[in-house]
Amino acid sequence: MSLIAITEVKKRFGDVEVLKGINLDVERGEVVAIIGKSGSGKSTLLRCVNGLEMIDDGSIMVAGAQLINDDLHLKALRLKVGMIFQQFNLFPHLSAGRNVMLSQMVVKKTPAREAEAMARRMLERVGLGHKFDAYPDQLSGGQQQRVAIARALSMQPMALLCDEITSALDPELVNEVLAVVKELAADGMTLMMVTHEMRFAREVCDRVVFMHQGRVHEIGPPEEVFGNPRTPELRQFLGAQLVV
Amino acid sequence: MTYRFDYSWIAEYWPVILKGLVTTVELTLIGTLFGVALGIACAWTRSLGPRWLRPPVVAYVELIRNTPFLIQLFFIFFGLPSLGVQMTEFQAAVLAMVINLGAYSGEIIRAGIEATPRGQFEAGASLAMTRFETFRHVVLIPALQRIWPALSSQIVIVMLGSSVVSQIAAEDITFAANFIQSRTFRAFESYFLTTGLYLLLALALRQALRGVGRMLFPRRAAR
Amino acid sequence: MMTFTLWDILRNLLLAARWTVLLSLVSFIGGGLLGMALLYLRIGKARAGQIFVQGYVELFQGTPLLMQLFLAFFGLGLFGIDVPAWLAAGLALILWTAAFLVEIWRGCVESVARGQWEASASLGMGYVQQMRYVILPQAVRVAVPPTVGFSVQVVKGTALTSIIGFVELSKAGTVVTNATFEPFTVYGLVALIYFALCWPLSKSSQILERKLNVAHRNH
Ligand SMILES: Nc1ncnc2c1ncn2[C@@H]1O[C@H](COP(=O)(O)OP(=O)(O)OP(=O)(O)O)[C@@H](O)[C@H]1O
Ligand SMILES: [Mg+2]
Repeated sequence: MSLIAITEVKKRFGDVEVLKGINLDVERGEVVAIIGKSGSGKSTLLRCVNGLEMIDDGSIMVAGAQLINDDLHLKALRLKVGMIFQQFNLFPHLSAGRNVMLSQMVVKKTPAREAEAMARRMLERVGLGHKFDAYPDQLSGGQQQRVAIARALSMQPMALLCDEITSALDPELVNEVLAVVKELAADGMTLMMVTHEMRFAREVCDRVVFMHQGRVHEIGPPEEVFGNPRTPELRQFLGAQLVV
Repeated sequence: MTYRFDYSWIAEYWPVILKGLVTTVELTLIGTLFGVALGIACAWTRSLGPRWLRPPVVAYVELIRNTPFLIQLFFIFFGLPSLGVQMTEFQAAVLAMVINLGAYSGEIIRAGIEATPRGQFEAGASLAMTRFETFRHVVLIPALQRIWPALSSQIVIVMLGSSVVSQIAAEDITFAANFIQSRTFRAFESYFLTTGLYLLLALALRQALRGVGRMLFPRRAAR
Repeated sequence: MMTFTLWDILRNLLLAARWTVLLSLVSFIGGGLLGMALLYLRIGKARAGQIFVQGYVELFQGTPLLMQLFLAFFGLGLFGIDVPAWLAAGLALILWTAAFLVEIWRGCVESVARGQWEASASLGMGYVQQMRYVILPQAVRVAVPPTVGFSVQVVKGTALTSIIGFVELSKAGTVVTNATFEPFTVYGLVALIYFALCWPLSKSSQILERKLNVAHRNH
């Protein structure tokens, strides 16, 4: 059974239907890239999977547990999938280490010492073991994003959702974050990532999803999607990417 | 002007003033602690809390902000006993200050909460924290940091405003001044001295609040 | 013993409330005029004037209004005059109001963007012309909501004049309480009358503020 099963998901904001019936299954250990034009609904889809937006129709199952809008189910879901944001969203009043410790202690009631040990391991894993006591405003964007990854990992999720996690970074900082993601992928983490890094998607991802106007327009392995686009929309989208 | 200032009474009356000073400081400390706590509760209710609780909080805040502290104090000290609630002068004074600061600080803190970037709430949620846990651990401290200068000013205003508790015979600095002038008939000197005391107290309080701010908020706020 | 109906109580309070209104108006207008004079010094070029106003503000914002009332009352008494309470009350409230208004208005003047100064200077305007034609007209728009908002503080501030014996709404409350022994009702009514005076001011300040923000966003 798939780890994440998205079935006929519809989402509307007011009168605008942003997701018009999405079907997508993500296997355990699979790395899925989501590409598409601005406004095609990529972020909305990820946010639905994390329960940050409530779906209007269809269903989302993560590891057999259904997404239901009540505190208990949402908490169970979010313990299974972590999310990394474009703007990092680190907690500015806490050091990097404390950022990673907080949710373990608050949500899982992990004792401080264990939470700290976990935080150190996770920061080490993203190459920031020496930044435990640094505050977010003392870190570069790339470092902040890596702390955010460590923070999500510390909850030991089964899957990570990444929404354009390198888009807010200066170009020279993009690679340090992508390197971390690549390692996660190699370690078998399940990843759903919205990205504009086409080269990265091609190298690292198992499947690429092209979204267009709230629908999964094309889906397939990267060689196919990039090498042999079947629809004019995808061709046009990829063409625009090359120019950039 | 031939008036001669006479401060010879200080030798005899300084303990009265000292006692008043201690009372004013106590009132301010307790009033601030509980008043800000009440303010946080109100701010939480109005910006994140259950909807049905919001109208009563709005009514409380509007009522307090649009009536004089003196009348609130009289209502509590003279009015409530007719409902069977008995209080000492000090307790009534503290209660009035808490209720007063609660309303003002609630509005100030609410502004701080509402300036929180949405991403902070979402980050908390994505880490499986409940809305309240996110408020408590993620939102509150930076929100307080944002409005700390305004909150500090309000606390100083409440401290200075506490001088009217002398009117229900709570024995604060102003009470001491009234007492001394009634005994010595050196009214101007007595009020002049205690006014200076308030001025120093206000300066010290501002410094202290700055220190508390540095302790609570080691880092610059985001945005 | 006389008995008082609710109407008797209310009528007495409302009669006294006239004095609250009058004293508020006098304090606000007087404080506003004095505040303008202080503002002139505060944003002027003379260093001495700036320091004087800073000290003035520090003094009046750093001490209780009640103490200022006492000092006005007994201070004027030092000149050998038999000081009527209304005089001391009006004087202290005017001085106190001015101290707050000048600070509010200074903030408004400073909020006018730096670029406005530079643009007007580049057009060859002198300091006075810049103020008169560019800065103040903009600052006034920003200043209206907080100024209206502060008027609420003035109305509430007048309550303290009861303590030096000026008979207004609060004093009437005490007098009526002593006659009726119904503090709960009387102070409740007093509070409601103050609320009726202050709340419209608070609300209009909020509405004006919102309008201003909307206008600014559309720029
Ligand atoms: N909270 C919201 N309220 C109303 N409309 C929204 C909301 N969030 C998103 N939308 C709309 O939904 C559509 C899809 O938005 P979404 O953020 O999912 O697009 P996206 O594919 O992530 O685009 P981008 O590449 O720019 O991030 C857009 O038209 C957007 O304006
Ligand atoms: Mg997006």
